[in-house]
Amino acid sequence: MSTANIAPAPIIEARKLEKSYPQPDGSRIQVISATDLAIYPGQIIALLGASGCGKSTLLRMLTGLSPASAGAVYWHGHPVRDESPNVSIVFQSFALFPWLTVLENVEAPLEARGMPPIERHKRALRIIDAVGLDGFETAYPKELSGGMKQRVGVARALVVEPEVLFMDEPFSALDVLTAETLRGELLELWLDHKIPTRAIFIVTHNIEEAVVLADRIIVLGRNPAHIHADFAVEIPHPRDRKAPNFIELVDSIYRVLTQPDHKHEAAPPRTYAPGVVVRQKAIMLPHTRPGGMAGLLEILGDQSGRANLHRLADELSLEVDALLPTVDTAVLLGMLRVDQGDAVITPEGQAFAQADIQARKAIFRKAALANVPLLRQMEQSLKAKSDRTLNDEFFRDLLDEHFGEDESRRQLETAIQWGRYAELFDYDAATGKLTLTEA
Amino acid sequence: MKRPAGSRWSWAFLIDIAVFLFVCAAIFGVYAIGRSWLGPVHPHVEISQNPRVLPLYALYSLFRISVAYALSLVFALAYGYVAASSRRAEIIMVPLLDILQSIPVLSFLPGVMLAMVAIFPHSQFGVELGSILLIFTGQVWNIAFSFYSSLKTVPRELHEAAVIFRFSRWQRFAELDLPFSTIGLVWNSMMSVAGGWFFLMACEMFVLGNRDFRLPGLGSFLQTAASHGNTRAILWGVAAMIAVIVLLDQLVWRPIIVWADKFKFEQIESSGTAQTTLLNLIGRASIVIRLYRLIFRPFFSWLSRIFTVGARRAAETFSAPKENRLRRWIGYLLAAGVLAGLGFAVFHAARELSELHREDYSELLESAALTFLRVNTALILGALWTVPVGVAIGSNPRLARIAQPLVQMAASVPATALFPIILLFLLRLRGGLEIAAMLLMLLGTQWYILFNVIAGAMAIPTDLKEAAQIYRFRSWDRWRHLILPGIFPYLVTGMVTASGGAWNASIVAEYFHFQGRIVSTAGLGSTISSASDSGRFDVLLASTLIMATVVVLINRLLWRRLYRLASSRFKLEA
Repeated sequence: MSTANIAPAPIIEARKLEKSYPQPDGSRIQVISATDLAIYPGQIIALLGASGCGKSTLLRMLTGLSPASAGAVYWHGHPVRDESPNVSIVFQSFALFPWLTVLENVEAPLEARGMPPIERHKRALRIIDAVGLDGFETAYPKELSGGMKQRVGVARALVVEPEVLFMDEPFSALDVLTAETLRGELLELWLDHKIPTRAIFIVTHNIEEAVVLADRIIVLGRNPAHIHADFAVEIPHPRDRKAPNFIELVDSIYRVLTQPDHKHEAAPPRTYAPGVVVRQKAIMLPHTRPGGMAGLLEILGDQSGRANLHRLADELSLEVDALLPTVDTAVLLGMLRVDQGDAVITPEGQAFAQADIQARKAIFRKAALANVPLLRQMEQSLKAKSDRTLNDEFFRDLLDEHFGEDESRRQLETAIQWGRYAELFDYDAATGKLTLTEA
Repeated sequence: MKRPAGSRWSWAFLIDIAVFLFVCAAIFGVYAIGRSWLGPVHPHVEISQNPRVLPLYALYSLFRISVAYALSLVFALAYGYVAASSRRAEIIMVPLLDILQSIPVLSFLPGVMLAMVAIFPHSQFGVELGSILLIFTGQVWNIAFSFYSSLKTVPRELHEAAVIFRFSRWQRFAELDLPFSTIGLVWNSMMSVAGGWFFLMACEMFVLGNRDFRLPGLGSFLQTAASHGNTRAILWGVAAMIAVIVLLDQLVWRPIIVWADKFKFEQIESSGTAQTTLLNLIGRASIVIRLYRLIFRPFFSWLSRIFTVGARRAAETFSAPKENRLRRWIGYLLAAGVLAGLGFAVFHAARELSELHREDYSELLESAALTFLRVNTALILGALWTVPVGVAIGSNPRLARIAQPLVQMAASVPATALFPIILLFLLRLRGGLEIAAMLLMLLGTQWYILFNVIAGAMAIPTDLKEAAQIYRFRSWDRWRHLILPGIFPYLVTGMVTASGGAWNASIVAEYFHFQGRIVSTAGLGSTISSASDSGRFDVLLASTLIMATVVVLINRLLWRRLYRLASSRFKLEA
């Protein structure tokens, strides 16, 4: 292992890894574009990105749970399909078996590996002790609090002594204080080498969590997912959230997250096989409600029209996940501009923030028709009909050409929300009929 | 936990005695059943009308139902597992369940009986097995469907955990699939066994062409007593059946329900499905729980340990990837075999059906229309009385505490057992059988509606009730805006089950051997029963097909739509 000192071999390596889903019409929807990624020993890697951007899918492909559409994952240099990688996952929903006790839950993976009962009992007890669950061995998961449940999840994952520990938003279902405690405990296990795990890969949408834990932070861009930025974190542990270098890193990650990456969007459409074409991307609506954007613009209007997004999120106690879609909406409608991690209100935005309810609707309507092709298309289609009425199925079919089934349903839901607010059309959920609003 | 030492000892002693007696009884039971089964065929067994034979007869019937249930469970697990794990099989197997569920027991009778008697011509075993298979056909489908739909709803992350931690196929089944499905399985098992008691009379004694099959049991006892018009024997029989059912409920189902509670999946609890709420309705306190903890729990855990170890070894060798090709070929062969069999059967069925005259068909459709009217009248009557009563019980906790055990008790008595008594009174009236037929359908199915309405009324959130109060809703407005929409999803669930049950019940409700003669009224159910009696297989086939078609059509056109409406518009979001 003399070469390991110079350039350590990756434990897991993804080469040109892609994910796409076939559509009924033969085309494919691309979820993750060709991605190279390597997990080296001795690192905690955080994968950061907005929700629904494909982080979890990428994690599942790296563990071998989900097959790749193109490219491959290598485990110590061998394709993961031929090997059974020694990895574990800690799940966001804990994924404990409610009918098994804590001890039985932790023992189950050992049982699956054929370990004799006495030995697996001993090993399970040791790890239960290590995560601080002493005395809860015979409890059922439903008797435990969220934090305790996730401790069981961590114990179950660690008991098989995985080489890489994968964590899928492990702390996002917990309250702030519990999450902080568990983060500290995880770091303690890792930094003091109490566990033989050689690398941790954690998926999160919480920037501060990533900066507290990780040695390397990979920021994932959207639609389709791609590696947008790759930060090395060189702050020594324990990391102080108030330290200038900490805040600086968080700020720069914010900047990257809020900055549209033109480079990627200009990429030409890929062709898979003859005849199978990946479609041109349509503008993807962020799933927000107009009310949320109005609130954001009002707050910005009060703060002289410019605010640092990181501070803003902090002030509103929002996570980036919750704030960014609203920012995206305002940017899409031309009411906001993002500049170096600052949100800057535009004159249209200013007018919107100061208007009363009816005037707001008019401004929103103008902005939506100017900036959202889908709404424009919906209005024109409705106008073209003599009875000014169309079924939502019609628009769903249009969207299906660009998005997967679930996403196109959500896209349409969002578009209908916006269109109703803008008083472009009425919608009857029972019949699925859209009717143009006559001015 | 703290109890005087003395009482604990006497308690343990009592248990010892009880266990000893139980073992004695079991040994005798096996002996008695074996003697009767392995004996020669008795084409004309005399069914006694002496109440003294009742314990033995009850044992026979109980044994038949238990074996049929065990078969159902095994079959249902296999069926559900295959349907849920193979997408190709799923396409055929799930609609098939729908159809099979709509076929009444008696339609299976000739095929099953003739086959069994042909396979075991020289011992009673064939006839017994035939009867058990008949009961099986009435029990198995809903269990299979419940298991299938549970498997389809196993949460993704639990499934992924099983994969990433390398669970063997057996471990995944034993530690994830089966526990996750347990609550649904228990609930459906209770319904199935209740159905077994309901159709027991039809399954233990029947005529098939010129052959007369009788098996000693509670069902045949009641049937014989009814056809002789022996009121005293009828009453004894009904009492015995009720006693067995109540004992079964106390000694078997209640402990199982308590045990099943640990399989409740947390996320499901909050959504408050009708099923779990219904289970909550059923009381849990029972002395037998202790017995369970003492004896059965260690036994079960020992059993599952043994199975896990053994089956994992088997599964490891079994799930090697290179065998995939072999398995695919076996799959193709199986599919080809099934298709060939189907083609053969369809060809012959078509030939049988083409021999029926047009008048036969118009008569069949007419009887279908009559049964349709009867079933739906019974349903509407059922809904009319159960909705107000169910809402009253469900929205008044104090009333619920008193009424629930009573309702439980009433529901557990199979309506068919009461039928002879009802007939005694009603046959004197004009159109008495007409009323009696609807009454039997009503008695057999109203409980599904009532239970669900109670559960629905209990699920209406308190703050909605308070809102109705604060805005001074008048009685009618309260019903229109709060209660009816609130119970709607539950009502639909109950009516779906009741509708299927009422169609199936028509075979016993419209045609009955009573006081030495056959009392029957025109309808699809009586057509099926009489065709089976007289061995008219063409009529039997045609009427069964019509009934299956009608029931499946009603399900698709009416109930499924209402169901969708219920789960979209009238769902109370948490």
